Amino acid sequence: MDRRRFLQNTALASGALMIPAFLKPFEALAKSDLTGYKNLVIIQLSGGNDGLNTIVPYGNDIYYQKRSTIAINQNDVVKLNDIQGLNPSLSALKEIYDQGWMSIINSVGYPNPDRSHFRSMDIWQTASESNQFLTTGWIGRYLDSNCQSCSKPYAAIEVDDTLSLAMKGAKMKGIAVQDPNKLYQTTREPFFKDLVHDHSGDNLSEDNLGYLYKTMIETYSSADYIQNTSKTYTVKGEYPATPLANQLKTVSKFINSGLQTRIYYVSLSGFDTHVRQQDQQARQLKIYGDAVAAFIKDLKQSGKLDDTLVMTFSEFGRRVEQNASNGTDHGTANNILIYGGKLKKAGFYNDAPNLSQLDNGDLKYQIDFRDVYATLLDKWLDVNNGQILTKSFAGLNFV
Amino acid sequence: MDNSKQIKHLYARAGFGIRYEDLRDKENWTINKTVRKLFRAADKNEPITVLTENIDLRPHPKDMADDQKKMIQSDRYQQQKTLNEAWIKKLSETDAQLREKMTLFWHNHFACNIGNSFYDQQLNNIQREHALGNFKTLLLQVSQSPAMLQFLNNQQNRKGHPNENFARELMELFTLSRGHYTEQDIKESARAFTGWAYDGKTGNYAFNQKVHDEGPKTFMGQTGNLHGEDVIDIILKNKQTAIFISTKLYRYLVNDIPDVDSISQMADIFYRSNYEIKPLLEFVFHADWFYEDKNIGNLVKSPVELLTGINRQFYITYQNPDVLLQFQHTLGQVLFRPPNVAGWPGGRNWIDSSSLMYRMKIPSTILNAGVIDFTAKTDPEDEAYMASVRKQQPNVIKRVQAQPDWDKFLSEIPAGTSKIEMAAFMLEPKINETVSGEINNTPDIKTTVIQIVSTPEYQLC
Repeated sequence: MDRRRFLQNTALASGALMIPAFLKPFEALAKSDLTGYKNLVIIQLSGGNDGLNTIVPYGNDIYYQKRSTIAINQNDVVKLNDIQGLNPSLSALKEIYDQGWMSIINSVGYPNPDRSHFRSMDIWQTASESNQFLTTGWIGRYLDSNCQSCSKPYAAIEVDDTLSLAMKGAKMKGIAVQDPNKLYQTTREPFFKDLVHDHSGDNLSEDNLGYLYKTMIETYSSADYIQNTSKTYTVKGEYPATPLANQLKTVSKFINSGLQTRIYYVSLSGFDTHVRQQDQQARQLKIYGDAVAAFIKDLKQSGKLDDTLVMTFSEFGRRVEQNASNGTDHGTANNILIYGGKLKKAGFYNDAPNLSQLDNGDLKYQIDFRDVYATLLDKWLDVNNGQILTKSFAGLNFV
Repeated sequence: MDNSKQIKHLYARAGFGIRYEDLRDKENWTINKTVRKLFRAADKNEPITVLTENIDLRPHPKDMADDQKKMIQSDRYQQQKTLNEAWIKKLSETDAQLREKMTLFWHNHFACNIGNSFYDQQLNNIQREHALGNFKTLLLQVSQSPAMLQFLNNQQNRKGHPNENFARELMELFTLSRGHYTEQDIKESARAFTGWAYDGKTGNYAFNQKVHDEGPKTFMGQTGNLHGEDVIDIILKNKQTAIFISTKLYRYLVNDIPDVDSISQMADIFYRSNYEIKPLLEFVFHADWFYEDKNIGNLVKSPVELLTGINRQFYITYQNPDVLLQFQHTLGQVLFRPPNVAGWPGGRNWIDSSSLMYRMKIPSTILNAGVIDFTAKTDPEDEAYMASVRKQQPNVIKRVQAQPDWDKFLSEIPAGTSKIEMAAFMLEPKINETVSGEINNTPDIKTTVIQIVSTPEYQLC
């Protein structure tokens, strides 16, 4: 081989990236035979969203005493009951709340709370005790449980480029799909395709190489299924032009096209508001509220809201008292927001957080987050929560 | 005798992969000689010194202006990047690859994730200095490093108000593992570690006699006014510590699936040598079982091993090294940012559908200055910085700017090497027919190489 000649050869190899082709969508109705297929959508707010300035306890004087410069003015709060109301940036959710499609669970947390982002997110995603380190996520373990509806590799989809720990089980893992067409194109690259085709018939070995090929084959067939199923549906609802809204729009497309996926996962970051919280949180909450309201209305319109449950959480709430930089520091218990067309208990699930009895300046949790997960597992996903969580939890009655 | 297969395997496990340059010299070498050479190269201990300022020592008045706070946040972020880059560079360029390989092992074993990069650098240098030394010395120095004292809250461990975090992780994750101590052992030993702290004004370890609990403690059957050092001695006297570390090392260097016999041989050596690390490694690299087929080409490279391997193999220089941090984020392993004190779980945990596709794409994007069309999630610890600069995503690099030294790489390939021989050299697992078919069909040698590094086989070492 003439080395000089090939060094001059600047042609890119076939391992190079593909440019996704434009795909013309066409209209189709949601598959009616799949009505009744229940979906769970999880929205993660990363960074530790300040729950007290999200669902504002405007009826409690302590709130205004502790937050002299960053409290939301009573006049600005979108009031939901005598004590609590929405941050004005969430005003789009008022309509959703009034329709009975929203439930607010106050003071959710866990014993011996950890205030590190990493660790607390780990705890929420793996559903571990605070002194326990699990390498699998709670949704991953749900996939591992081998239930009837979750054996497919696309049973849990994260609309993102990378997969969160929550979605990783010991045997099964969810799949990350930011854009179904892009995923499809990537897996149809000739090299990838050849490797998959030549191995799909074989009995793959049990070793790590076999595992890599198995993962490739599953990705290949999931990409095909997801792309070809979802392209039959065009989303009709109007969505704002934000990344989160786009992700939820993709989820809507997936749900409405009849994709046999049980769990969807999306996240929004930017909530670690130590300094000048008001502007930053307002921006993020507006992105969140507008996107969720659009999503819920879209699902209502397409007849899928009754089959969908949405849960929003963050790794922790923030301290009750503001800091000296017009921000808040890492705290503990927080609210969880639930949305759906068939809530058993719409509105406020429990009492407003107790601001007078604090643990070292932080809210005391009243509800273990794993009781929320247990409810979703038992009553929505039809599996026994004790199989998936580290022990059995009694669960709640919001659904 | 041609030992090239064994030597290649040795370099894959004791280092970050072999270059043609290395193998050419060693084809006729014995394993003994190669192991000696690897250790000799690893004698060199060069600490990382890119960070000179401990930001925590800056004056921090209560009424600091918001802009000043932002400045500090931004300086911290910059330090994180600088340190990360410095270690990746060292991993990619050092001759002492066994030392770095073991530093990476201890980095994961004594996992620590804090906001102070200066302390991170210090801890990393401790782990490097003792990477091949004595485990007890390493354990003591790690335990007394400001990084670990801060991370495991021993700063708050005071007489009358014990904080058990350090004591618990010391036993659960650093030495004995679960099931080999009681809750009472944790309580008692936490008292022995009261006063192990660093001075916030200097950033140096300074035993704080005033908060040390001088009362009698009973730890694993021994009673007395025990100090932290005594507790560590008792823990190391328990052979379970040697078994636990040997098991972890076996899984790091040999196979995901522990083999009880091999591990018990390792633990004997380790325990008898009073926890000297070098003889333990020498034993592994000389053991027949280390070279058995089932232990070859069957470990999943960690993202850092994958990136380091490609950097070394192709002598890559980066115009913008930030892209390496971006790749670490995407693939789920950012140096100095382990998910928790238990470290990265490793093995098959690195692989999911998306990470595998990126892993198969990234080598070709590096070699081709390709386009990056995926983004990682924001690192949780960077959230505050992102919030303060009003960005949701760090600046994302869209194109890799890197320069492989093709000339050097190609000049080392022996004349007459076939495409399949090249693949067999660069890939640790056996090559199947599809892969060899694909590789034989490539139009030129550069494409051949890129095809080779884009295979699932390249993910293994």
